[in-house]
Amino acid sequence: MLTSQKMSPLHVATVKKQDRITNDVLTINVKQKLGDLDLDMNVELPMQGITSIFGRSGAGKTSLINILSGLTRPDEGYISLGERVLYDSANNIFLPPEKRRIGYVFQDARLFPHYTVMGNLHYGCDHKDPEHFNDIVTLLGIEHLLNRYPSSLSGGEKQRVAIGRALLIKPDMLLMDEPLASLDLPRKQELMPYLEMLAKEVNTPIVYVTHSLDEILRLADHMVMINQGKVVVSGNVNSVWGSLEMRPWLPAKEQSSLLTARVNLNHPKYALTQVMLSHNAYLWVSRLNQERGEWIRVRIHSNDVSLTRVKPEQTSIRNVLLARIDKIHHIKDDQKVEIKLRVGETHLWANITLWAADELALKVGDEVYAQIKGVSVTKDDLA
Amino acid sequence: MLTEYELQALLLSLKIAGIAVLFSLPFGILCAWVLARCQFIGKSMLDGLIHLPLVLPPVVIGYVLLLTMGRQGVLGKWLYEWFGLTFSFSWRGAALAVAVVSFPLMVRSIRLGLESVDIKLEQAARTLGASPLKVFFTITLPLALPGILTGTILAFARALGEFGATITFVSNIPGETQTIPLAMYSFIETPGAENEAARLCIIAIVIALASLVVSEWLSRIARKRLEAAC
Repeated sequence: MLTSQKMSPLHVATVKKQDRITNDVLTINVKQKLGDLDLDMNVELPMQGITSIFGRSGAGKTSLINILSGLTRPDEGYISLGERVLYDSANNIFLPPEKRRIGYVFQDARLFPHYTVMGNLHYGCDHKDPEHFNDIVTLLGIEHLLNRYPSSLSGGEKQRVAIGRALLIKPDMLLMDEPLASLDLPRKQELMPYLEMLAKEVNTPIVYVTHSLDEILRLADHMVMINQGKVVVSGNVNSVWGSLEMRPWLPAKEQSSLLTARVNLNHPKYALTQVMLSHNAYLWVSRLNQERGEWIRVRIHSNDVSLTRVKPEQTSIRNVLLARIDKIHHIKDDQKVEIKLRVGETHLWANITLWAADELALKVGDEVYAQIKGVSVTKDDLA
Repeated sequence: MLTEYELQALLLSLKIAGIAVLFSLPFGILCAWVLARCQFIGKSMLDGLIHLPLVLPPVVIGYVLLLTMGRQGVLGKWLYEWFGLTFSFSWRGAALAVAVVSFPLMVRSIRLGLESVDIKLEQAARTLGASPLKVFFTITLPLALPGILTGTILAFARALGEFGATITFVSNIPGETQTIPLAMYSFIETPGAENEAARLCIIAIVIALASLVVSEWLSRIARKRLEAAC
């Protein structure tokens, strides 16, 4: 388990994810001219789990969430959160930030220097709810900091207080602008488990801006890729990850497929756990602590997948899946071929050489065996 | 230690300067905030107007006040008719004169204080549900406190020393408008009162020094509190 650090037992009854199924969506359709950047976005985001906004610096990620928070006003367009209209230029509606009930965790924490941690946490909540307060403070592990001033906190602690402060207003949505970006590596590693726990325990939809693929893999359920102020692709992380639009963003060694799987059983002798992709496709991964039936996300690098026409026998490779070729993608000026395979309901990419592809005479629709050399678990708490 | 006459001048000086600063402080904060945070056409005009008393001869200010705020003045007449408020030849007039003269000093310091407040913190407060007014009183003002304190005390010290505008506008009436500088002027004008003039001179130096020390001390405390926090 990734979150196995020392952490106090949780009493998060009120913030626990309920089996609430909302059909609420965040509808964004805005235009804004920002210097050289023409922001023009039209996208619907689910109001559940973590949605990650991904793109390189200057793509308009922060501009987008500033518009969502109400800190900046777009030139024209429409934004609604479920039933609530936040902005509608046609009807001259613009809710100021204080009326939106949207929490915002800034990259630089922005704690108020003249208030203690306690004062910061209480700043936004008029109606005191001690139980909620205790839940959040415990979840973020900041009980021992309450009487300190922000100046004496480490970067990671500041960020945790900022997250708590934003959550205590009981927001309908939480915006996070690269909360890890300004931290050094040890602080990142310190904060990450809290974010993972947040994703698991808190029933507030989160829009998470990042340019780190690793953070997306570990946290996000949904992702939106933006480039030069426009939405390139949006959807479930697994499907966006496997999409052609995503290819240019992944360096050759990072090219990979994301698959969701269900924990099945532990190997009786070795430290391995079998997970199930579909009713007849299984993978062995390093031993997991999850209960049988829990959902996890695994990542398989395209370079770790090789193909054979006949079922391999007496091989050291443990994971062999029967797959059907869905697409053959030749890369220009390269001796590599990317093969998109269908395994049950999901897709798996394999990178092979042009020579191998020619010799095996692979074509769309063929059945092959995919031999998988390595599988890593990236998110262990898919709800 | 102090004669009754000196005590009267000293207390009157403190009262006039104190009331002048007290009443101009809200306007000073407002003007400083407008200059620090707003962009509008004519901003440099307003800036110039606020700073004008800093460079004008005080006698000109006194004369302009006489023309506008005197019993026969444009505004003064109106204020007298509607509110029965009169400035000429009263301590209220003296307070008005010193307020005008000390105003630019106050605005300059408060503006610096306000400009040092990070707008990002105000934005964060807005996202936490605070109205612009709440943000101003809970974030902007407390963080600008060192500047506001410095501005207030500088203005107070300047008000204590005001001479030209006061004597032009409200004359030199013992017990009503005769502050320490004016009383000193009277002694200097009177042959054989060098001793009395020297005593007042020492009193003026002592209170000026004291207010500067207090100012330094207060803003150090305020800064320390913020730095402990930053």
